[in-house]
Amino acid sequence: MTGSAYAGALGLGAAVVLLCAVVTLWRRALGAIVRVLAVQGLALACVAMAIGVHEHDAGLIVVAVLVLAAKAIVVPTLILRVVRHDPASRETQPLVNVPASLVAAGALTFLAFAASRSVTSLVPTVVGRLIPFGLAAMLVGFFSLVTRRKAVSQIVGILLVDNGVALIAFLATAGVPLIVELGASLDVLLVVVVLQVLANQLRSRLGTTDLDQLVELHD
Amino acid sequence: MTAASQMIGPIVASFTQVIAVAGSGLILIGLLRKVRAHLEGRVGAPLIQPLRDVRKLFRKERLRPDQATWIFPLAPVVLVATVGAAVAITPLITTHPAMGSGSDFFALIYLLLAGSTLLALAGLDAGTAFGGMGSSRAVTIGALAEPALLVTILAMSAAAHSSNVPAIVHATLSDPASVATPQRLFALGALLVVIVAEGGRLPVDNPATHLELTMIHEAMVLEYAGPDLALVSVGEAMRLTLLLGLFVNLVAPWGIATTTGAAALAVGLVVLVAKVAVVGAALAVFEVFTAKVRLFRVPELLAGAFVLALLGVVSGVVVR
Repeated sequence: MTGSAYAGALGLGAAVVLLCAVVTLWRRALGAIVRVLAVQGLALACVAMAIGVHEHDAGLIVVAVLVLAAKAIVVPTLILRVVRHDPASRETQPLVNVPASLVAAGALTFLAFAASRSVTSLVPTVVGRLIPFGLAAMLVGFFSLVTRRKAVSQIVGILLVDNGVALIAFLATAGVPLIVELGASLDVLLVVVVLQVLANQLRSRLGTTDLDQLVELHD
Repeated sequence: MTAASQMIGPIVASFTQVIAVAGSGLILIGLLRKVRAHLEGRVGAPLIQPLRDVRKLFRKERLRPDQATWIFPLAPVVLVATVGAAVAITPLITTHPAMGSGSDFFALIYLLLAGSTLLALAGLDAGTAFGGMGSSRAVTIGALAEPALLVTILAMSAAAHSSNVPAIVHATLSDPASVATPQRLFALGALLVVIVAEGGRLPVDNPATHLELTMIHEAMVLEYAGPDLALVSVGEAMRLTLLLGLFVNLVAPWGIATTTGAAALAVGLVVLVAKVAVVGAALAVFEVFTAKVRLFRVPELLAGAFVLALLGVVSGVVVR
């Protein structure tokens, strides 16, 4: 791969990761949001794969395949199962309305790009300049965590943050060691499984997965 | 090339563009309806049906509301005139239209908005409930689309270091890879949403409905009849063709004439017709699979376009 094509492909991949994060705020149907998350995982895997091929790093290619399997296939499938089993929570109920959320996402992107100036100057490569995309995706994930109260939305928020962190890791260090990535991926998988169980328990006890119901004690 | 032909070439090119868009605009509408009909399992009206409708309308008696003022008859004429002027200066067939240096993105968009504004005023002018409702809705959507549009233009212009449309097209021609940058893709995505909103297509407005709850543009022009309505139809068809033509030339300008020679213009014309037909058919296919969004959810759609354009600007500043 030539230098400019490589940089272009990475730029596109990073942009898709951020775009998917913003689209999760845009859509209302939880099923659609989870599919967007799968696309984000795919884009992340492509970024890792591109860096791995370019740097001739076999470990990173294995990581890319792992990311593809975990974040684009397994985790979305698990969450989709929760969504399907709970017809009452097919739509998000954002505390902040959608246009305001989107404008906030725009502001957070500005913040990310402004805040990561010093970081990007430390990594003076073409790849390093893409770090703000990861940071912005992470901040959008935090925003989603704060303003969405359904259990599935919370899982989505955590995964957005995790994908943002993973993107920064790939771009800043040209890939983390295999064992670290393996640990992080398994960790996320575990979180998703735990939250899935939690969501099921919530639903069977309270008939809803709305976390605001948890502020009062129930018998 | 002599000085005289350098003067005349762009003028000929602009005339060709206006004639081509005026002639093919209604056929494009026919194509959209035909594609839709085919996907719904109907045969559909022939491609030239909108042309026949307009011809019929032009022959009809001129009827206007009693209370209407001079704005009412003026609006269709201004609509067609502003769209025609915009077509003349936009790089559709060639990158050297007449007054190419004045073909600024902002000028172009506000030229189009001038026609829409007068049409909204004309909707209010007759003093009927439907006209006022349609105008109110159309202006609301226009006001929401405008910030998205402005930021989109900013993102586009920042990439080419100019808001001159021929210059932007030239920049894309000389550097094909620039189309695939995040900046351009975000901006083009936002532009597509704005075109759908401004063009009154699904999921923002249903051009085929006359149901009072859902119509936006149709409510605004409900009082028009006969030759006035024909002019409105022609103007709207030309505007949609112009917007789609502008969009395809920003996405994939290849095939556009870079000179004003007769052969180059002919090739440019054929390529433009093919590209617009493909994009129009794709739009029609998309419309079959979409439902109209509720009026109160249109702001969400346009806020999405705004943020998309904003991402384009921000990523353009960093990734360079």
